[in-house]
Amino acid sequence: MSERLAPQDKVPFWRSPQGRAWMFQLCMVGGFLWLAVSMYRNTLVNLKTRGISSGFGFLANEAGFRIGEVTGIPLPQGGLLWFLLSLVAGLAISQLIARQLKSDSGTPMNSKWLSVSLFFSIGLPMLTLYVFRDSIEIAHYTESSSYFMALLTGLGNTLKVTVIGCVASTILGLLIALGRLSPNWLLSNICRWYVELNRNLPVLLQLFFWYFIVLQQLPNVRKSIDLGGWLILNKRGLFLPSLVPQQGAWLFCATIVVALVAIWVLRRRAIRILDETGMPVKILFPALGFLIGLPALAWLVGGQPFTLDFPVLKGFNFKGGTGLTPEFTALVVGLTVYVSAFNAEIIRSGIEAVSKGQREAARALAMNERQVMRIVILPQAMRIIVPPMTSEYLAIAKNSSLAVAIGYPEFVSVGGTILNQSGQAVEIVGIWMGVYLCISLLISFGMNIYNSKVALVER
Amino acid sequence: MAIFRASFICLLIVAMASVAQASTLENVKKDGFLKAGTHIENPGFSALDSNGKRVGFDVDFIRAVAAAVNVPEIKYTPLTSKERLPALQSGEIDLLSRTTTHTMSRDVKLGLDFTVTTLYDGQGMMVRKELGVTDAKDLDGATVCLQTGSTTELNISDYFRKHGMSFTPVVFDKQPDVRKAYDTGRCDVHTTDVSGLAAQRSLMEKPEEHIILSEVISKEPLGPVVRHGDNQWSDIVRWTIWLTMAAEEKGVNQANVEEMYAKSKDPEVQRMLGKTGSLWTDLGLDKGAPVRIIKTVGNYGEIFDRNLGPKTPLRMERGLNKQWNEGGLVYAPPFR
Repeated sequence: MSERLAPQDKVPFWRSPQGRAWMFQLCMVGGFLWLAVSMYRNTLVNLKTRGISSGFGFLANEAGFRIGEVTGIPLPQGGLLWFLLSLVAGLAISQLIARQLKSDSGTPMNSKWLSVSLFFSIGLPMLTLYVFRDSIEIAHYTESSSYFMALLTGLGNTLKVTVIGCVASTILGLLIALGRLSPNWLLSNICRWYVELNRNLPVLLQLFFWYFIVLQQLPNVRKSIDLGGWLILNKRGLFLPSLVPQQGAWLFCATIVVALVAIWVLRRRAIRILDETGMPVKILFPALGFLIGLPALAWLVGGQPFTLDFPVLKGFNFKGGTGLTPEFTALVVGLTVYVSAFNAEIIRSGIEAVSKGQREAARALAMNERQVMRIVILPQAMRIIVPPMTSEYLAIAKNSSLAVAIGYPEFVSVGGTILNQSGQAVEIVGIWMGVYLCISLLISFGMNIYNSKVALVER
Repeated sequence: MAIFRASFICLLIVAMASVAQASTLENVKKDGFLKAGTHIENPGFSALDSNGKRVGFDVDFIRAVAAAVNVPEIKYTPLTSKERLPALQSGEIDLLSRTTTHTMSRDVKLGLDFTVTTLYDGQGMMVRKELGVTDAKDLDGATVCLQTGSTTELNISDYFRKHGMSFTPVVFDKQPDVRKAYDTGRCDVHTTDVSGLAAQRSLMEKPEEHIILSEVISKEPLGPVVRHGDNQWSDIVRWTIWLTMAAEEKGVNQANVEEMYAKSKDPEVQRMLGKTGSLWTDLGLDKGAPVRIIKTVGNYGEIFDRNLGPKTPLRMERGLNKQWNEGGLVYAPPFR
């Protein structure tokens, strides 16, 4: 027996479990590498034998085509760089303060330190933005811009839809979930039907429904619904007057930010006094005073901050003003409604998963229903809600590419035009895949950070 | 060491991976069918008839090539304009006949070979009659519906830029969606090749309410495309198309082709139809190819009249597409 249990070093390494494990892992990695390399090589060889030019040089060429909706792209130069720098610095400093305080006393920061770190993380970048406001350049795509700018514009349009869709579908989803949980029979059943209808119909079909059926019921341009020039609605979209910033606009906006910060400080103070003395402090009027008074002062000092530009019917369309196109609206509404049904179910399941005892205990503490939900149930439900919610946000980002079917110029649509004009299929498809991967990973990253904040902290 | 050896072998395999390509003609004959790309639905050019059979101007040239190489079957791949060029480049199809404009960048950069222009077309604009627009230069500020993935986007941008006018494009992936959006009033203008506009108008809810403006804003020579590098295959497609053109010039048509083959005294007709000489066998086809082609699709004039002409819903005139000796641009090189 003792001979069989020889020391480890005498076993040849391909017979030891560890050696084998390593070998299999290496084979796996080698196999993947081989696959990747041979795919890359094959692509290059195939492109060459077929006489197709490759490379990303074409991105600098003039695009030449027009894009229907153009989102401004801030150029990374001059003031924007300073702003980003101060943002990073401010965040780093406030993070440092928080860590220092935690290691010193083990207590979370008090309001004095909080305002200091708040100044660094918000005030400092805002100040930089104010100082360098004239050297920030925002580029708008025109026909003479490069393919690269065209892609960025498409990406900007995609991000616009994604962000709005995520926020709107969360709010709508929460409302529907609360509606479903309501003891009111009618409300709860309406919400149930909403969920079942929307999550069981394909999203492309829903986009077509909103675009070709709902929005095309609107009147023609010359028979627009017109509310005194303030709101004009027709088949070409919704038109509103736009704000044209004047001299005092920056000061005006800055005072609004200051007022909001002041209100926040007021509120914290009121809560602290409530905690310490049990005396409720009314902050509504002082808050309103700040919110109205400060900007009003800025208006008096700096003059009228904005003038209004009304849309006017000129030739074929309304010119001037701002507004929403039917393509954008259909896409946002379609995606929001579709995803909100899933979100509602996720939120509902999260709320129902919080044990009944919690709710009963909260009621026993004489909390009203709103407080029960806000203070006790939702924070606990969050832990269950956040991970599946991430996939829904990813779904919005990815499904926004269906816009190509209803004429919204987002990333895939613009890329498709470039693909056809330049013929660089491999490169464009590569860019598509890379960019969507980045967007999705960023969303996941953000949601994971948030998840670790709300997750159960084990002590 | 074993691991190093394994990865070394992996590397060797990679080094040996290469691409083998046989001639297109051989592949088509071996498969027994012709893989061709065409429109999804564009009446007159390529659409399904009431029996579910694919018919149209573009389809007829595919049928002509299939008849030339004598394969019984054609596998049609319906393609959007965005998909069509990659489909040909990648070898998914061997012949693309889908109103594709011959441009320099496509020709020299994409590994494509444009054969013969079968239709001299140009981009036009369609508007509602009630707008009262008669000249394209009145269209400043208009909203324009169009399809992505074609020369259309660039042409319309160039036109408006040239005249210092602005417009808002609404760009769709599929032609039926462009038509729907225009038809419901989302856009003032529908733009594509004039032939395409005629086809789309025939599908509108009320075709008589729309007019195609007389201004043609671009040159669009449309024709079948093959991959660059297989000269024999591209010659086969070229001479098949030229045969239909020469046949019209010489008065050979679907009905009389066998009679002409037997009785014609014109030496060029005899060479063209393969009765004398070795033109078609030199090309790599058999002697019966020309007669088969004309029997299958007829001559160029017949193809045009059947699919696009005044008696079809498209009601197109020959215009530039008349024979060269009648003032048009259709001109086949001599068969000798």
